[in-house]
Amino acid sequence: MSDKSSGVSANFADYKPLFDRNAALVEANRCLNCYDAPCIRACPTSINVPGFIKKIASDNMRGSARLILEANILGASCARVCPTQELCEGACVLHDLHEEPISIGRLQRYATDQVVLGGKGAALFTQGPTNGKKVALVGAGPASLGCAAELAQLGYEAVCFEKADQPGGLNSFGIADYKMDYETALAEIAWVKQLGVDIRCNTEVGRDIAIDAMLADYDAVFLGIGLDGVGPIGIPGEELDGVRDCLEFIAELKTQPKDDVSLVGKSVAVLGGGNTAIDAVTQAARLGAKHVYLVYRRTQAAMGAYKHEQELARKDGGIFVMEAQPVAVLGTSGKVSGLKCTRTRVTDAGFEYIAGSEFVLEVDVVLRATGQSKLVEFLGRFDGLKLDSKGRVEADENGRTSVEKIWTGGDCVSGGKEVVNAVAEGKRAAHSIHEYLQGAR
Amino acid sequence: MADLKTNTAGILSPNPFWLASAPPTNTGDQIMRAFDAGWGGAVWKTLGQPIVNTWSRYGALDINGVKIMGLNNIELITDRPLEVNLREITEVKKRYPNHAVIVSLMVEANREAWHTIVKQAEDAGADGLELNFGCPHGMSERGMGAAVGQVPEYTQQITEWVKEVAKTPVLVKLTPNIADIRYAARAAKQGGGDGVSLINTINSIIGLDFDTLAPRPTVNGWGSHGGYCGPAVKPIALNMISQIGTDDETLGLPISGIGGVSSWQDAVEFIALGSTSVQVCTLVMHYGFRVIEDLCDGLSNYLDERNMTLDELRGVALPRIHHWKELDLNYVVNASINQEECIGCGLCYTACEDGAHQAIHSERRADGRTFVEVMPDACVGCNLCSLVCPVDNCITMIQIPTDYAPCSWEQHSAGTGTLAPRPQDKLYAQLATAKKEEAPAT
Repeated sequence: MSDKSSGVSANFADYKPLFDRNAALVEANRCLNCYDAPCIRACPTSINVPGFIKKIASDNMRGSARLILEANILGASCARVCPTQELCEGACVLHDLHEEPISIGRLQRYATDQVVLGGKGAALFTQGPTNGKKVALVGAGPASLGCAAELAQLGYEAVCFEKADQPGGLNSFGIADYKMDYETALAEIAWVKQLGVDIRCNTEVGRDIAIDAMLADYDAVFLGIGLDGVGPIGIPGEELDGVRDCLEFIAELKTQPKDDVSLVGKSVAVLGGGNTAIDAVTQAARLGAKHVYLVYRRTQAAMGAYKHEQELARKDGGIFVMEAQPVAVLGTSGKVSGLKCTRTRVTDAGFEYIAGSEFVLEVDVVLRATGQSKLVEFLGRFDGLKLDSKGRVEADENGRTSVEKIWTGGDCVSGGKEVVNAVAEGKRAAHSIHEYLQGAR
Repeated sequence: MADLKTNTAGILSPNPFWLASAPPTNTGDQIMRAFDAGWGGAVWKTLGQPIVNTWSRYGALDINGVKIMGLNNIELITDRPLEVNLREITEVKKRYPNHAVIVSLMVEANREAWHTIVKQAEDAGADGLELNFGCPHGMSERGMGAAVGQVPEYTQQITEWVKEVAKTPVLVKLTPNIADIRYAARAAKQGGGDGVSLINTINSIIGLDFDTLAPRPTVNGWGSHGGYCGPAVKPIALNMISQIGTDDETLGLPISGIGGVSSWQDAVEFIALGSTSVQVCTLVMHYGFRVIEDLCDGLSNYLDERNMTLDELRGVALPRIHHWKELDLNYVVNASINQEECIGCGLCYTACEDGAHQAIHSERRADGRTFVEVMPDACVGCNLCSLVCPVDNCITMIQIPTDYAPCSWEQHSAGTGTLAPRPQDKLYAQLATAKKEEAPAT
């Protein structure tokens, strides 16, 4: 579903491509169908993995999709974007046999695509009979969608207010394009909307909708606002043309023709050591950049990015510049021409700069992936809402906040996790809301 | 390289592997290519009055993603003119004098008709004849094939007719679609047959088309029962062959074994249970003639590793086939789980708990792994856990020594043996004690 016409766009072929039927059957039959299967426990949404795989094996595709999607409404996204190596596939007992684990992500995609991206027959899920109650959800990212889909099936009027012009949050705009493209993410959300989820884009709570009015009009509110952008790191030259928030860069390459955002002939420095930084390295390389540097102030062992993604970035030609701290962005005529760094050394207390070790990377683009800020100012407008010291919303395991009618989930609580975690949190919050509102009836 | 030369009731072949009478032996060209690939013999697709076939003919049983575990067909005997087949038989024999060409025959139950076809086949150069009394579909509706094989008197009669004129060895091909194969084998022997070949295909409906619910293979919306073969039928064939090999009346009757042979291991089993040659069809229909290389190579290596000849292998397992009533009821085995090898899939637990005798304990350990162990007091040694375990050498069945002498059901019921205690005895004893305690004092 992406533009595959040009040179660089071919680099964005699916990371976990769709199985054809015979390949899916072979893989599905390889699954041992464990008792008390560890893959289920490794899934934040507790998908019955052997269950859906054996349904693939028996050609019960409707049943397979249902099993996945009733556990995780964004099962088609998660099939693509989950770090399965760290979750279900990482827990597969076949590792102990020194065999490849079952390709659970790809099987999940095989099962869910057939429903989510155009199924046949009666709808798998429908809106529950209306119970007259309504819930507002702030944001339309994975947490809100997970919550809203569950609420709609329970009979609630679920309304998501989204300030962007399209729904999905980071699932639409922030996923590395070779994992899932923008169009697929939107197609899945269109399917979720069929459950009766009302998504109102270009609608910013606090500006287009007053917070007080929302709290008064709705029986409950779910905050699924995620995080803010990646702010300046406070070094000279960050105002130069070519210094960008990494997430803006990813959103741009996902929503525009690849040739328009090509980096052919350019050199790029990505700042940070997390999964977003790694995604940026990989994608900059695939957009044709001459050199892509990952600049990180600690050692590789301290990087937050998954090992398998680091490996992918290296294979794509990413150059890891470890133990280096950017100290200034250099420019000519208002445009970036280099990144000045100093060497660091890990110490017991953290790390220290090494005097006189400065060096310059000749780059045209500097991408900040040094961690998203929290939307502290916005959250402060909800009276009584408690945040922790890092600016994350405080909530219990069911997403209940310090304010009676407000629940939350996703990155604004966790500080930044996977899509699957956000969906799981949204779903748990929906059941907590349901319990609360039933009691209140 | 072990000597694989074989003499089946007087039919010589360079190795025991023959192509069964079936589509792979439809033409001389196929058979010559098969001989080039290494096949020892071929049973020509059944000659008789030419027939007309349907178009859609085969249906498959796939199991868990594995293709063609079973195959059925509604194809009839040869649909080629008799003269063409005879001419090609002569041609093949001329070019391959040392390979076995056996000609399968099936005509109406008429003495003259049988005499004629036997002479035609032998004049063409056949090394032996196979009487097709087994085909269960189509031809049986016309009083031939299984319609003969299902009635011992017919089997004997027609075999006698054939033997009146035959100069080459005669194998009688038996149908498994009967209650007791021994009656059919005895009839073949009494009729003068030099040997038997079995099993022919089994009556079957392989399955339905899931869109139309019409039986497969579907012929213009309809279907008809077909003949079932392929890997899934092997155990049935092994049993029937062993029955003939252990029956006093047919002891020593040469057998050409047929039924789902898919590997050299299968051939070892057929031969160890008394077969001389082994016929193969479905494997070739799936993968082509080239499979013969590993059939011969594997069999030869097996024999070489054991310093054994093919003749020594033949029938070697038969003395181990006994009636159930003769088995030792005091032979105790228990499952033993090698914790070093266990991957924690829990399949042994769920199989034992739901499908067998509730003798495996399972718990989720702190590290999240499933831990399983066998409860010796409960284990009846049924083997199920070791059968479902996906890890080699993880669950083994080990013999538990007892102080009891062997005791069969025969001995036990005659009062001449003593049974060792069974796992369930303890349970019954506990229940009896509990009942006593519950019972009101009288």
